[in-house]
Amino acid sequence: MKYVDEFRDPQKAKFLLNEIDGLVPKIRANLDRPIYIMEVCGGHTHAIFKYGIETLLPDGIELVHGPGCPVCVLPMGRVDDCVALAEMPGVIFTTFGDAMRVPGSKKSLMQAKADGADVRMVYSPLDALGIARDNPERQVVFFGLGFETTMPSTALTILQADQEGIKNFSLFCNHITIIPTIKAILDSPELQLDGFLGPGHVSMVIGTAPYQFIAERYQRPVVIAGFEPLDVMHSLWMVLKQIAEGRVEIENQYNRVVPDGGNEEALEAVGKVYELREFFEWRGLGSIDHSGVRIREFYAKYDAEKKFSVPAIRIADPKSCQCGEVLKGVIKPRDCKVFGTACTPEAPLGALMVSSEGACAAYYQFGDLEKVKRTDAA
Amino acid sequence: MAKAETRAPARRRLGTVNVPTITLAHGGGGKAMRDLIDDVFVSAFDNDALTPLEDQARFALTDFSSHGDRIAFTTDSYVVDPLVFPGGDIGKLAVCGTVNDLAVGGAKPLYLSCGVVVEEGVKVDTLREIAKSMARAAAEAGVLIVTGDTKVVERGACDKLFINTAGIGAIREGLNLGADKARPGDAVLVNGLLGDHGAAILNARGDMALTTPIESDCAPLNGLIETIIETTPNTRFLRDPTRGGLATVLNEIALASEVGIEIFEDQTPIREEVKGFCEILGLDPLYLANEGKVVCVVPDERAHATLAAMDNHPLGVGAAQVGHITEERAGRVIMQTAFGGQRVVDMLVGEQLPRIC
Repeated sequence: MKYVDEFRDPQKAKFLLNEIDGLVPKIRANLDRPIYIMEVCGGHTHAIFKYGIETLLPDGIELVHGPGCPVCVLPMGRVDDCVALAEMPGVIFTTFGDAMRVPGSKKSLMQAKADGADVRMVYSPLDALGIARDNPERQVVFFGLGFETTMPSTALTILQADQEGIKNFSLFCNHITIIPTIKAILDSPELQLDGFLGPGHVSMVIGTAPYQFIAERYQRPVVIAGFEPLDVMHSLWMVLKQIAEGRVEIENQYNRVVPDGGNEEALEAVGKVYELREFFEWRGLGSIDHSGVRIREFYAKYDAEKKFSVPAIRIADPKSCQCGEVLKGVIKPRDCKVFGTACTPEAPLGALMVSSEGACAAYYQFGDLEKVKRTDAA
Repeated sequence: MAKAETRAPARRRLGTVNVPTITLAHGGGGKAMRDLIDDVFVSAFDNDALTPLEDQARFALTDFSSHGDRIAFTTDSYVVDPLVFPGGDIGKLAVCGTVNDLAVGGAKPLYLSCGVVVEEGVKVDTLREIAKSMARAAAEAGVLIVTGDTKVVERGACDKLFINTAGIGAIREGLNLGADKARPGDAVLVNGLLGDHGAAILNARGDMALTTPIESDCAPLNGLIETIIETTPNTRFLRDPTRGGLATVLNEIALASEVGIEIFEDQTPIREEVKGFCEILGLDPLYLANEGKVVCVVPDERAHATLAAMDNHPLGVGAAQVGHITEERAGRVIMQTAFGGQRVVDMLVGEQLPRIC
């Protein structure tokens, strides 16, 4: 595949690995524990496991899988709200595929579908708008989910619906923002993180400036990273290099996609349609101030929360779940009390076990592999 | 092909259907149903064992004993949407799938049944085309469709058309293939490009509106499998990697034989279009269904000859060794990624769902 295979070249990977091998002992000389680097985005977690990147890294460096999987951090009560909406008479509930299996307190959307609710998987919110156009007698709700990556597409869909005067479409808005969450993690007293791989897709929208405080206030380096295996490895090398050289900066490895200023048009659409909520509930992390958005009053007729009576009951995370500690990188998934026993991909307790981007599902599926023996490494 | 015992005394005139769509009347057991069976199925399948339309097909035991010393018997139901897709249709699939299920057990497939459940409102012409497609696939595989059943259900009670085929065949003497027969050092082979069927079906559903022409690999594999077994009589195991794909079959071998399996991403044959398709949807081609592929485990010293024999067969062009059986990590399938890392290739939990971003 052109423009893809170039970023999966094993020869270039070897070169980078040799560089990383050289940096790790230098950093470890002043550190009595492994180097912890968090990849914020679930897309990175997925790539790391898919290509076996962790198995290639030298000892002494550990990747911490962060909260950037929107499916994983969705609290149970919100899934219950989705099910309630989907089960209302006349409603067609539309959603991205990987939200289907996330457990609510009673059932997932997939179970609701099996029980007779009209739940449809779509690839884009515009597909949902198309369904609304084709079914004027039905109410079509789209499950708006994701960080700044997916926010512009739902915002533009609402603007499009408004322009066409489509009245039977609405959005159940569960969009969240990444920056307050990173801040919450940095403020956590248990924190042991030496640097971050920044989320590439989110940054494509918001640019690089919003991360500046991480370097300035928290003195941690950030490298905004792409999603191909060489991108990830290159970015890891850049973070390590910063640490080794005592620099703390926001660097952009993914500059072929991420402009420093972000995407103005996307930001404009987001600003037009959404405003910050005072707080939003995250699975495992609890309530985080200003970490979610809602639809502005002007577009209230497209807001499923206002159009329908959504139960909005807070459901506490199962007691045995340690999702929060995994999300913050305090423990590895396999250290969780219920990992692989009460919580498996077949019967997940926490959403980290559901999504292919969730750290627990990745650990469960891809297992703990020993490091690949690299005889030819320098 | 051995002849069935019962012969039709004289050819009767076959009934015909003169309306364009199936109605509940066609399932009522009366003349309309008889006409439908004649017009659509008997005329397409046309063989002496079927024509008497008794409640059962009858065979001489020698039909089987002349081909082997044991009988293989299997059944499968086909509910594919859409009914017709690039490279095949539900009819071809229903014949090939059951033929292949017999063949991978080392059996020579001989006779098939055909049970159909039709939703009222389906076009009679659609049924005719699908029955003809079944007949063509049966002819290609050298099997006869000898008994059948037709049910018509109300609109909404099924999705257009479901087909069940059962198949029966004879297993040649001395052959005892099994998922538990793999031994460390054995080679794991496939007969060509993986994932075409799964990608073709997903693409044909039109959700992605991709113009990429991916065709299903749907084909009867009994001829190819005969070649494999003749070349390598001590073949350990054969399986067609349908739902769940290569990954699922390999996991079944690893569990049943209590061995590890190591495969190599850069030796696993997958079409560029299928790779691209999976890339966009966030799917893994190792889990995509195949309908014309077979996974073979053979002793290492037979790998080369078996591959050569496969490659010489029209359905084995591009055959490749994807990996081997290992003693370490019993029960697990490990992939060496083209990038140089390793990952576990596990069983799929549910169905593959496209990722959000």
